[in-house]
Amino acid sequence: MKITNTIVEKHGLKIEEYSKIKELLGREPNFLELGVFSAMWNEHCSYKSSRIHLKNLPTTGRQVIQGPGENAGVIDIGDDDAIIFKMESHNHPSYIEPYQGAATGVGGILRDVFTMGARPIALLNSIHFGSPDHSKTKALLNGVVSGIGGYGNCIGIPTVAGETKFNSTYNENILVNAMAVGHAKKDKIFYSKAKGLNKSVVYVGSKTGRDGIHGASMASAEFDENSDDKKPTVQVGDPFTEKLLMEACLELMQGSSIISIQDMGAAGLTSSSVEMASKGDLGIELDLDKVPCREENMTPYEMMLSESQERMLIILEDGKEKEAKKIFEKWDLDFVVIGSTTDTNNLTLKFKGQIIGEIPIDALASKAPVYDRKWTKTKLPKKMTQIKELKKTNLEDALLKIISSPNQSNKSWITNQFDQMVMTDTMQKSGSDAAIIRIHKKEKAIAVTVDSSSNYCKAHPITGGKQIVCENWRNLISVGAKPIAITNCLNFGNPENPQVMGEFVECLLGIKEACEFLDYPVVSGNVSLYNGTNKKSIHPTPVIGGVGLIVNFENKINQYLKKDGNTIIQIGKNFGHLSQSIFLEVIHSIIDGPPPEINLSNEKNNGLAVLKLINDKLVSSVHDISSGGLLVTLAEMTFKSDFGVKINKPKNLSNLMEYYFSEDQGRYLLEIQPNNLNIVSKFLNENNIFYTTIGTVQSDYFEVTGELKIKINDLCKINNTWYNNY
Amino acid sequence: MNSSVIVFPGSNCDRDVAVALTKLQFRNKMVWHKETSLPKSDLIVIPGGFSYGDYLRSGAIAGKSNILNEVIKAAKDGCLVLGICNGFQILTETGLLKGVLLRNKNLKFLGKDVNIKVVNTENRFCNKYDKNQILKLNIAHNEGNYFTNKEHLKELEDKNLIPFKYCDENGKIDETNNPNGSLNNIAGIFNDKKNILGLMPHPERMVDHGISNKDGVNLFTSLLN
Repeated sequence: MKITNTIVEKHGLKIEEYSKIKELLGREPNFLELGVFSAMWNEHCSYKSSRIHLKNLPTTGRQVIQGPGENAGVIDIGDDDAIIFKMESHNHPSYIEPYQGAATGVGGILRDVFTMGARPIALLNSIHFGSPDHSKTKALLNGVVSGIGGYGNCIGIPTVAGETKFNSTYNENILVNAMAVGHAKKDKIFYSKAKGLNKSVVYVGSKTGRDGIHGASMASAEFDENSDDKKPTVQVGDPFTEKLLMEACLELMQGSSIISIQDMGAAGLTSSSVEMASKGDLGIELDLDKVPCREENMTPYEMMLSESQERMLIILEDGKEKEAKKIFEKWDLDFVVIGSTTDTNNLTLKFKGQIIGEIPIDALASKAPVYDRKWTKTKLPKKMTQIKELKKTNLEDALLKIISSPNQSNKSWITNQFDQMVMTDTMQKSGSDAAIIRIHKKEKAIAVTVDSSSNYCKAHPITGGKQIVCENWRNLISVGAKPIAITNCLNFGNPENPQVMGEFVECLLGIKEACEFLDYPVVSGNVSLYNGTNKKSIHPTPVIGGVGLIVNFENKINQYLKKDGNTIIQIGKNFGHLSQSIFLEVIHSIIDGPPPEINLSNEKNNGLAVLKLINDKLVSSVHDISSGGLLVTLAEMTFKSDFGVKINKPKNLSNLMEYYFSEDQGRYLLEIQPNNLNIVSKFLNENNIFYTTIGTVQSDYFEVTGELKIKINDLCKINNTWYNNY
Repeated sequence: MNSSVIVFPGSNCDRDVAVALTKLQFRNKMVWHKETSLPKSDLIVIPGGFSYGDYLRSGAIAGKSNILNEVIKAAKDGCLVLGICNGFQILTETGLLKGVLLRNKNLKFLGKDVNIKVVNTENRFCNKYDKNQILKLNIAHNEGNYFTNKEHLKELEDKNLIPFKYCDENGKIDETNNPNGSLNNIAGIFNDKKNILGLMPHPERMVDHGISNKDGVNLFTSLLN
């Protein structure tokens, strides 16, 4: 077939990129080779627009075993235990086919984690939908939630935490990010780097079908009015097969047969084989006649580009085939030697006895295009001047309206569709600042959480980038965990638009600065660009997934009030910052001004002080103050508790609304027993931590002296209504 | 007491129940579904999960597996058999327990803690509970909506073959406190001889205060009495 410009463009490649392919090959590629290039050079696999910026992120640290570049990041949590984790997007497929898109997103991220030798112990998700009024939102929400549950519940990994947000910016392009966390022994971690010549390359798992062909290229383009036609590019998941594949791989990993292992994710057989060879500085030869196929008459092009799920590529030590095969047969899975490593540094594809494609590995990997795209800075928006509506606001109405709004409502409609308890190590389920998972049969636990703030990031990307890292860090502190490292999923619009590219660059700058200051390295991540439709990009939405360690789980803590008569104090200062707040958005429909300022030094001091107080068992409950501000945070502390609060009215602030709903950062609420108050205030004073007394815990009522008094049961009911009526 | 936990491809609560059994002093063995004989067992547990992916129907394929023949033989000889969640579904597929488990009434997966009333205690599995004691147990299923014919339902009630019913926190049994639509709020049933128990809630998830509560402990320790 003659390769025309139209064919090149249909492969998502630019004409200049095609010229570069010809230059690297020294000839025209054939159709198969063009397909392989398109699979490797698309944005999703090559990171061509993001790579030069990603390398600025801090990725090392005392507890980092493996940073970005592998299937997932690995951290050291003491003894011989390692935690392996990563987050990934499945945005485009989930918009086209919500159930399968979300399900295979979960499946893909799980494979990234168990490929490295970890047994997955927790799943998290960050899902963003358009406005609840948009005609597609309800169906997308339903499909995505059941897809996430359908996969995780079946494979038997608890889905323990997440966030769900609605914003019209996602009307035509939802976000579905899934994170998996696994546990491994430090001396049993597996990597994808191939080693040694003439080693067997083994295909294991499901058979290859025609699903998901060009999935990665689809995920690297914007949507248009014909997006529904892209359904065949979405993969179909089978969590049952994945469960078998996981058990078989983990069983094989107990021995010493594996040299390297890589899951077939985006761009399937192509990217897995190229990745392994590229890292090992070797060539790889595949005999495509041997690839197990689900359908008849599949072409080499289809086999190389299929994104069928639940497949792995393994390079085995000599003489270990029989032993390995036995394990996969026990689990009723395919196990076929389909090729070997070579010294040619080429990807060599054979079919029916002939070489049908031969491409230098470096042309596909290290020599793939890298772009330094144009980008523009986002100015800090002007502070909002006097907001006259504030005076007319009724405090009680505002509180009730906020806690019953879609983004602040109780999400048990979602979490009740997830098995949160399977594996019986879940010490704290979703609905708190972070979930807590016990390390099986040990005294330690990890805390995990995901966070994003797209309104803040849109208003001022650098501040927004800093804020999400800080909030994530704060959420881990709030359950008594020492934050260790993060993964991220960077969801942005079209990088060819300088403004969008600027949002990406500046969010990353913010993330970098906060991570460096908090000693909170990035160990894995994923970039999803081209989120948008017909040139309208989504708000910049980086999502941060954090992991922290609780050395002794007796020291874990939650946000629920414990006893009447206890005092509630606020750590950190309230400056009355209302711009970009939930309050202004929900009550006055104003989205304007700068996001709250981040003071990294206060953030760190406040957080470490709170953690010290928790570890010294001087606090009864903790909750960080985030979206919604002080009053909403207090309300959340009563929801699963038997107690309410009595809040003192502030003396000095001119406007009550600013006091109760401001979203100033670096703040926590702490519940302290009366007999611990002296020692806590002495500690805080000695360490120059700013704090104020907010009120006291009481039975039954949520009360602001002279302003409002609501039964906590009623408050809880109001918080529970939105999803059930949607 | 010797226990055996049957492991099917797709079982995912096998480890959890083994941990609980060992913790509560059972000598436990795991038995792979392709085995054709059982180790010496006083109790056989069929754990929760998605055996064979729940393809065809929940529990349908597992009900035809090698090891199930042995379980059926042992059960008929009076061996104690406990089927939890998917295990309950498998027991109904084999006919060891009558009735079927239909799709939840709201057509969604349900994963949450619910209140369960122990309505019958005169049997091997519940003798350490108080009659009418209210437990908080976790459920996690798509198909837990128990259905049977009128005659069998009457027999279950008349012969005290229903140990567990869904209720509210005060023990009230009614439709509003029925999470999945089960007839008569049934959460678990016995066979005629009361040596086989199938239930949808997961007692093995409730044996540790650090994780949940200990409301599931007595179900296992009753057997040691």
